[in-house]
Amino acid sequence: MSHALLLDTTRCIGCGACSAACKEQNDLPLEIEDATTAYTFTVVEKRAGVNVRRMCMHCLSPTCASVCPVGAMRKTPSGPVVYDAKKCIGCRYCIQACPFDVPKYQWDKAIPVVGKCVMCAPRLAKGLPTACASVCPTGATFFGERDELIRVARERMAAEPARYVDHIYGLDEAGGTSVLLLSGVPFSQLGLRTNLPNKPLGQLTWAVLSRVPDIVTLGGAILYGIHWITHRREYVRRVEGPRSGEVK
Amino acid sequence: MSVLSLPRPRGFKMTFWRFAFGVLFALFLYVTFMRFTRGLGATTHLSDHFPWGVWIGFDILCGVGLAAGAFTLMATVHLFNIKRFEPIVRPTLLTGYLGYVFVCIGLLYDLGQPWRIWHAMVYWNEHSVMFEVAWCVMLYTTVLTLEFSHIIFERLGMTSMTRLMHFINTPLVILGVLLSTLHQSSLGTMYLIVPEKLHPFWYTPALPLLFYISAIGAGLGMVIVESYLSGRAFGRELEMDLLEPLGRVMMVVLGIYGVLRLDLLFHAGMLGQVFKPIYESRMFLLEFVTGVVAPLAILSFPRVRASKPGLVIGGLFAVLGFILYRLNVSITGLERSSGTHYVPSWMEMTVSVGLVAIGFVLFAMAVRYLPIFPAHEHAAPARGRGRGH
Repeated sequence: MSHALLLDTTRCIGCGACSAACKEQNDLPLEIEDATTAYTFTVVEKRAGVNVRRMCMHCLSPTCASVCPVGAMRKTPSGPVVYDAKKCIGCRYCIQACPFDVPKYQWDKAIPVVGKCVMCAPRLAKGLPTACASVCPTGATFFGERDELIRVARERMAAEPARYVDHIYGLDEAGGTSVLLLSGVPFSQLGLRTNLPNKPLGQLTWAVLSRVPDIVTLGGAILYGIHWITHRREYVRRVEGPRSGEVK
Repeated sequence: MSVLSLPRPRGFKMTFWRFAFGVLFALFLYVTFMRFTRGLGATTHLSDHFPWGVWIGFDILCGVGLAAGAFTLMATVHLFNIKRFEPIVRPTLLTGYLGYVFVCIGLLYDLGQPWRIWHAMVYWNEHSVMFEVAWCVMLYTTVLTLEFSHIIFERLGMTSMTRLMHFINTPLVILGVLLSTLHQSSLGTMYLIVPEKLHPFWYTPALPLLFYISAIGAGLGMVIVESYLSGRAFGRELEMDLLEPLGRVMMVVLGIYGVLRLDLLFHAGMLGQVFKPIYESRMFLLEFVTGVVAPLAILSFPRVRASKPGLVIGGLFAVLGFILYRLNVSITGLERSSGTHYVPSWMEMTVSVGLVAIGFVLFAMAVRYLPIFPAHEHAAPARGRGRGH
């Protein structure tokens, strides 16, 4: 039961209806900026002659949720990666770590929070599709279950192999995402990273972090052992010192 | 001579350095006001493309790293029981303590909502390196405060507290070493999560290990440098027969670090790229020559190592190279992938430089009023004065 979006860049006409609907849905200032910011969660960018939508990829195992020290970012079972502004301390590790450069900060505010797409989690809870998908006139943004969307994507690619490059972006990138992209040009030309590992990035840090209890217990035992040996040696020297003097 | 300034004049005398510090402190207060009323965008050159700047790269990463001398010396003297280094422990502990205070204040400037800093204690996410870092900062600052309070209790003549501190000393030292080990390495672990962004000159799965070893090297370099500085300023310094062996240990640590670094670059296939004329390779060479090649070359001559200027210059190079390493990981190595070039704003620099200056002043005050340095003949009158107040 995981909701997802399929973004077919070959069908996008760049009308920007998705951005406008997003603004309204999230009570954001209505001016649509050139790139995503803390006040514009999605835009349509023109790259290599292609209209490509920028938005949160809603990773299956999100890097932002892994790095957030207070757990303000969270992957919900229904698909969206949501953000709890009340917990956020503003360390901006999510902005630094996100492989898709999604979370943005309110740099102009004295009391700032992060801004990012939350896949219309409140709408999804009511059984509605995302605002962007509901207004898309061409079906370039297509809402559904992730497994179903992967099947749709494969069908489209099989039906028109000349129209698409043979890759679904988001199928495996960084462990897979709930937003999937299709394209007619290589994804690197769309400003998307193509050097991402196919496993969640959080595994890289967890491999070290999960050792912390071992370091503490083993390290503590070793250090105390060293202390015991060195001080015992000194004690023995002190006690035996005069005796060896007597023997002389 | 600076030694002559020891008997403190009764009235306040304006000197060039006091004036400079006054101006800096006024700017520091202005920037503080701007930072907390206008936000990060108005005061820093940070952006969505470059969310971490010099406050993280210098204040946090270098502040923690340069404090590493404290746990190294505490372990050497109290765990390995090498007592002859005892006279170095207190000045090093002072540096470590000030380093962590510096880090905590820097963190308050950098966090978007610093008044929520306690959230890390309530909302846990044990998968986050930042969560581990937050706990290490909190706990190790507490440990340093306790270890440092020993000196204050002694100064105040509170013998019962001094005895209590003596009683809990061993567990405290072990805890300090463990927390430092975790903290130093975790700052490297933080960058493990950006393999696609950090330039391969700096990205390696061994980042935590490199951060740990380099901090020990630089921490020892700091001991040598600060001993020289306090010697110049207060006529209190450590003997060469203690600093010279410290210099040798530093050489071994830098040697291990240097070989490991080159070995990792070799296995990553990056060793051949080192002399390519690109921005990253130049910055890498600058860092590596300053922090490893230069100090090892200088200190490999026994005569130079045994001389005060030679040893101090060697230590200084190690410290500068360490700072360059941290700045390269946190800034240089991330610029290309971010598509921007980050240069800190004057306000960011004011906070960083201001914190260092405040650190110097606090160090000077602590040396003046607390039993930090061992009592030497020439320092004895000043100590007597301090007690008289």
